[in-house]
Amino acid sequence: MPDFNFGAVLQGRYLDWLIAGACKTLLLFFAAWISGFLIGLLVVSLRESRARPLELLAKAFVGYHRNVPGLVQVFIWYFGVPQILPEAWQAWINDHGSEFFLVWIALSLNAGAYMSEDLRSGVRSLPPTQLEAARALGMTFVQAMRVVILPQALRVALPPLTNQSLSLFKSTSLAMAIGFAEMTYAAHQVENESFRTFETFAIASVFYWAGSFLLMWLGHACSVKLKAGRAAR
Amino acid sequence: MIEILRDYGVLLLVGQFPNGPLGGLALTLCLAITGLIASFPLAVLMGIARTSPIAAIRAPATAIVYVVRGLPVLMLIFWAYFIVPILVGHSVSGTTTLICALVIYELAFMGEVVRAGIEAIPAGQVEAARSLGMTYGQAMRKVVLPQALVHMTPSILSQLINLIKNTSLGYIISVNELTYAAYQVNAQLLTKPFEVYLILAVTYFVICWLLSLCVNRLEKKLNRSSTRNPTKEATA
Repeated sequence: MPDFNFGAVLQGRYLDWLIAGACKTLLLFFAAWISGFLIGLLVVSLRESRARPLELLAKAFVGYHRNVPGLVQVFIWYFGVPQILPEAWQAWINDHGSEFFLVWIALSLNAGAYMSEDLRSGVRSLPPTQLEAARALGMTFVQAMRVVILPQALRVALPPLTNQSLSLFKSTSLAMAIGFAEMTYAAHQVENESFRTFETFAIASVFYWAGSFLLMWLGHACSVKLKAGRAAR
Repeated sequence: MIEILRDYGVLLLVGQFPNGPLGGLALTLCLAITGLIASFPLAVLMGIARTSPIAAIRAPATAIVYVVRGLPVLMLIFWAYFIVPILVGHSVSGTTTLICALVIYELAFMGEVVRAGIEAIPAGQVEAARSLGMTYGQAMRKVVLPQALVHMTPSILSQLINLIKNTSLGYIISVNELTYAAYQVNAQLLTKPFEVYLILAVTYFVICWLLSLCVNRLEKKLNRSSTRNPTKEATA
């Protein structure tokens, strides 16, 4: 067994790369989570809108993102989409860090599609009379959604949403394929130069484990809290 | 777009085969199916271990699930790239590396599918089997698993969809599957990335979408048969 030397990796520019990678992974995750969640809310309201064309649009959106590999979705946005944009836009994107920008779009849309399905299962778990009762009390559709439907739907959707957040966190590693220097990319780079494969991968893995377990714990804590809130009432 | 398909369609379908190694879509499907077949028996063991009444068996199995679930598939591939050659003592191809990584991944995810299947069988059945004098192993083999596996078929088929999507990560270690083949086609054409990747996305979409239709069908069929005649599956 070779002697392990974590100090050789956790120093100088290797350490800088790994820290930068960790920051970029977290940035990409938070950015894509927020926009993904908003997209998910939008898509689920389209899906439940009872207007046929909007429903079909939402269905196609979800179908595409569920049946095409995430890596291919990232490729489409990074290699494909700039080609069909006007040149002025291409130049603008290139000036403003196209890697982050495009991979962020790809991951948000992907997460949005999956989250909309989770939210939908939550909305569907409620009897339709709840919405009708809320409307009969004089609430608008938006009010009824906000005050009555969504708080309950979120409670049901929380476990799958937690899983989805975990998936998104791990999917940020796809960004390495287009050269966005997040954690996996940084680990690969450090490993290439230092030849300390085990140490480098171990550090990157510990980072991902820490993030993943934190997310699982957060999801669990939220659902416990929501259940407690419900029991108190 | 049609020109791309005419010039490179065969390359995307089977790679250099039969004059060279298999590649493209054919390799993608081979990888996914091999991964499924190789991981299935391990996943069943994993599911049994996860539901085992003995904590010393349950704990390590649970640890494996969490360890694998917490890592991106790409990290699993990198780990496999590093560890598999050490274990077997000589360098291995990218294809083998990818399959090993996918099996480890499925071990955790399909293991959970099996666990859910086992847990869905009412506890009374095991109790009844035990009170008839069967051992725990007999009850598992003769009563629980046959029913659980039938219920699980839709979920296992969705794991195949997952595997097909995950083989695209072979691109990172230059396994010549569909995504890598498309990348090479794009590198030769240079001017038509949107068309090439659109073809790629449509190919994956059609395959995975058709499979997901099968999953839905199967689910409905199983639900119907279990509500109509709950005892039927016990004998199946």
